[in-house]
Amino acid sequence: MSASASSERAPYLRIESLTKVFGHFTALENISLEIFEGEFVCFLGPSGCGKTTLLRAIAGLDIQTEGRVEQAGQDISALPPSERDFGIVFQSYALFPNMTVAKNVAYGLENRKASKTEIKKRVTELLELVGLPEQGNKYPAQLSGGQQQRIALARAIATSPGLLLLDEPLSALDAKVRARLRHEVKDLQRKLGITTVMVTHDQEEALTMADRIVVMNQGVIEQVGTPVEVYREPVTSFVADFIGTMNFVPGKMIGRDRVRLGDVEIVCDADAIAEGADVTVAIRPEDVILRDEVSDENTWRAQVKSMEFLGSFVRAELDSDATGKEPLLADVSINFVRSHDLKQGDAVTLKVPRERIRVYSGTRRHE
Amino acid sequence: MSEIARRAIPAAAIKPKLSRDDWIMRAFMGVIALYLVVALALPLYTMLSKSVQAKDGSFIGLTNYFEYFGTPALSYSINNSLYIATLTTLITVTLAFTFAYAITRSCVPFKGLFKVIAMIPILVPSLLPGIALVYLFGNQGMIKGLLFGHSIYGPIGIVIAEVFFTLPHAIIIIVTALSIADARLYEAAVALRASKLKIFFTVTLPGCRYGLISAAFVVFTLAITDFGAPKVIGGDFNVLATDIYKQVIGQQNFEMGAVVSVVLLIPAVFAFAVDRFVQKRQVALLSASAVTLEPKPSRRFDMSMLSFLILISVFLIGMLAVCQYAALIKFYPYNLSFSLRNYQFDLMDGGGWASYWNSIRMATYTAIVGTVVVFTGAYMVEKGRGFNQGRTVFQFLAMMPMAVPGLVLGLAYIFFFNHPDNPLNFLYHTMAILVISTVVHFYTVAHLTAVTALKQMDPEFEAVSASLKQPFYKTFWRVTVPVCLPAILDISIYLFVNAMTTVSAVVFLYGPDTALASVAVLNMDDAGDIAPAAAMGMMIFYTAAGVRILHHFASRFLERRTQRWRVR
Repeated sequence: MSASASSERAPYLRIESLTKVFGHFTALENISLEIFEGEFVCFLGPSGCGKTTLLRAIAGLDIQTEGRVEQAGQDISALPPSERDFGIVFQSYALFPNMTVAKNVAYGLENRKASKTEIKKRVTELLELVGLPEQGNKYPAQLSGGQQQRIALARAIATSPGLLLLDEPLSALDAKVRARLRHEVKDLQRKLGITTVMVTHDQEEALTMADRIVVMNQGVIEQVGTPVEVYREPVTSFVADFIGTMNFVPGKMIGRDRVRLGDVEIVCDADAIAEGADVTVAIRPEDVILRDEVSDENTWRAQVKSMEFLGSFVRAELDSDATGKEPLLADVSINFVRSHDLKQGDAVTLKVPRERIRVYSGTRRHE
Repeated sequence: MSEIARRAIPAAAIKPKLSRDDWIMRAFMGVIALYLVVALALPLYTMLSKSVQAKDGSFIGLTNYFEYFGTPALSYSINNSLYIATLTTLITVTLAFTFAYAITRSCVPFKGLFKVIAMIPILVPSLLPGIALVYLFGNQGMIKGLLFGHSIYGPIGIVIAEVFFTLPHAIIIIVTALSIADARLYEAAVALRASKLKIFFTVTLPGCRYGLISAAFVVFTLAITDFGAPKVIGGDFNVLATDIYKQVIGQQNFEMGAVVSVVLLIPAVFAFAVDRFVQKRQVALLSASAVTLEPKPSRRFDMSMLSFLILISVFLIGMLAVCQYAALIKFYPYNLSFSLRNYQFDLMDGGGWASYWNSIRMATYTAIVGTVVVFTGAYMVEKGRGFNQGRTVFQFLAMMPMAVPGLVLGLAYIFFFNHPDNPLNFLYHTMAILVISTVVHFYTVAHLTAVTALKQMDPEFEAVSASLKQPFYKTFWRVTVPVCLPAILDISIYLFVNAMTTVSAVVFLYGPDTALASVAVLNMDDAGDIAPAAAMGMMIFYTAAGVRILHHFASRFLERRTQRWRVR
């Protein structure tokens, strides 16, 4: 299901000019964002970028200094958490340790004019939904981390909230469990159709789970887009660097859509940048194609400096006149390595397709 | 509203709307803060103003202070107090460090037993070691000869009694400081071929320096503010604490009592401030990745440490044994036959058996009321949302009692509650005022215990609960209280034991019907009935020890019942 920004629909959650200041530190600066019903949105960014602060502002846990939050057409900017409509799952799970799993899940259902049998039925239903039907009588400490996280999820959706907030829910789990839970959480979200916002610093998590990703850095939004958009067309060099692996090569515009990299001239799509400007050219390692002869545009010769075996492919460091001191990373398929008997020190020809090259103005500082 | 119109509105600062929970939590915090204001801040203020007033209540500036410092008989007590407190600090910290070192860094057997013995002094009023010293070294003392003609009545006796009284407090702090050592530092030092002595001075001491400083200031404060020991064994050697008592009870000179109180307040507040500062540093030393240091057996070292532990234990138990012996003897030293005559408290002045039952009642009320008030207050201040200024004020109020000596608090209560115009005047001499003052007196440590326990709870419980539209008090009752029950028990036992043993604040506040056991010890000793005083003191010890043992089993039971959900 593609729920990307169709301007026809009214957004379910609208954030407008939101700013959060802690003392002298501006954690969020003028954030505006729209999230549509049924969408799965990830806030992605390095630690300290403000993603959790934004989530907590949406929940009303740390209310913003300025700006507006609207949910389902209603202004909730100043409301306390208890008067908003959301379920939340934290990285720590925050399960009540002294209550059984069933009691934890039932917690939000109490005092809602539901009978005991109705509550029990709903709890059973929820435990089945998260795949833990037999664990109701256990205490949280008796469950594994992944199981605890699913219980926390069941508790959060028990009251059928309109919005599900996930604060780094998978970060405390080990890699295998995390990969499995990614699918389960996403499946569940799709099944329920619940609008979901997840905070994460793990780009893989965001790419696999989200309908749209909000990439954040230092309190501002760098880019909002589908996983493919932010990966293929990162609008800033920060996004390009943060998501996936990226080669950055310094260059200079020498004409319309023409860039000089060292001794090499390449063509690319950068008509917005003036001639003579310093630029940074970004190329993904998988977009560097090794071939047999020089015959085409954007093709030049290089030498294999080192090769790193990564299972299904090899990541090669290539030295060339275009890239200067910094080697260019290229992902080379095992088949190519075998058929060409590629080894360290070999001379190769590489090509970078024009449409795969991104150009950012200015020279990039190394962090 | 069109899009353009909406954007035209300048972004205004958001004023968060308060939920019902927020209001209730702030109301609770407000009520408890009000209690601290009425039962602590206002009395102290009244006392401060009393010290700048004449007997008729007119303002006379610092005249009282000039009079105080112009009367050497009075102001010399400052030197005496500082002398006693400094000497006690030096001796206690040295002994406590050696004791703690033996417990944490050697392989002596029965460590648990020694730790229990070290806690004995907490269970008795500070009057009791004084009484024991009278029997040991007094004019007809059992081993008087050991003093080579010096008198126990005076600085020698006071310091010995204060060391007894302060030792457990110092040991607790230093044991904690020594237990957080990181074994890797020692391995590194050994790998660099440092000598044992060098390791001690470059690794061990720096590692526990904050603990040592903190222990020193705690001991100093306890010693300079203690009233029990100098009252019993001080003889003509006046200290600030006994001066307050004498000015008020003996001479009815309340204004001068207030002046001495202010003088005593200064070192207490200073020591308190340093201790708080240092304790914050100590916490930062503890890193999560530290490897626990396991001591290695060494016969010679372990044997010398064991002898030291035995020596200290003999000192601590011996003091109590002497009191118990004296209590059961007909008339020391003339008739050494066994008798229960000294337990006929009703035949002596001081309050009789009724005072003992009063003490138990008072301690029980203090434990119950105090635990509820302290834990509720700590919860509101820790888990509330927003309202940061209010919470800072509350924290300050909660920390204040630690800096106020008991006698000063008691005197402040006289000024405040005994004032005819005070509508709370009816409380004076009642059980209620004893409980109110005792809860305040021991508020800080109880508060800090509660805060520590609450900080260990997941900070998101309240957030989850709010998202599930459940009121905070449901989460408080169903989650916070059960999970914090061990800490809650600790708080109640701390309050109970201290309420049983305290003399200082309550000595100014009890009435004819509300005499307390600890006060009875004081009064019987004052009247020359030393053996009954010892007997009553031991009754306090057995009660406090009994409750401690009960507490131990209750905690054990609780642990077993809840281990299914305690984190593995």
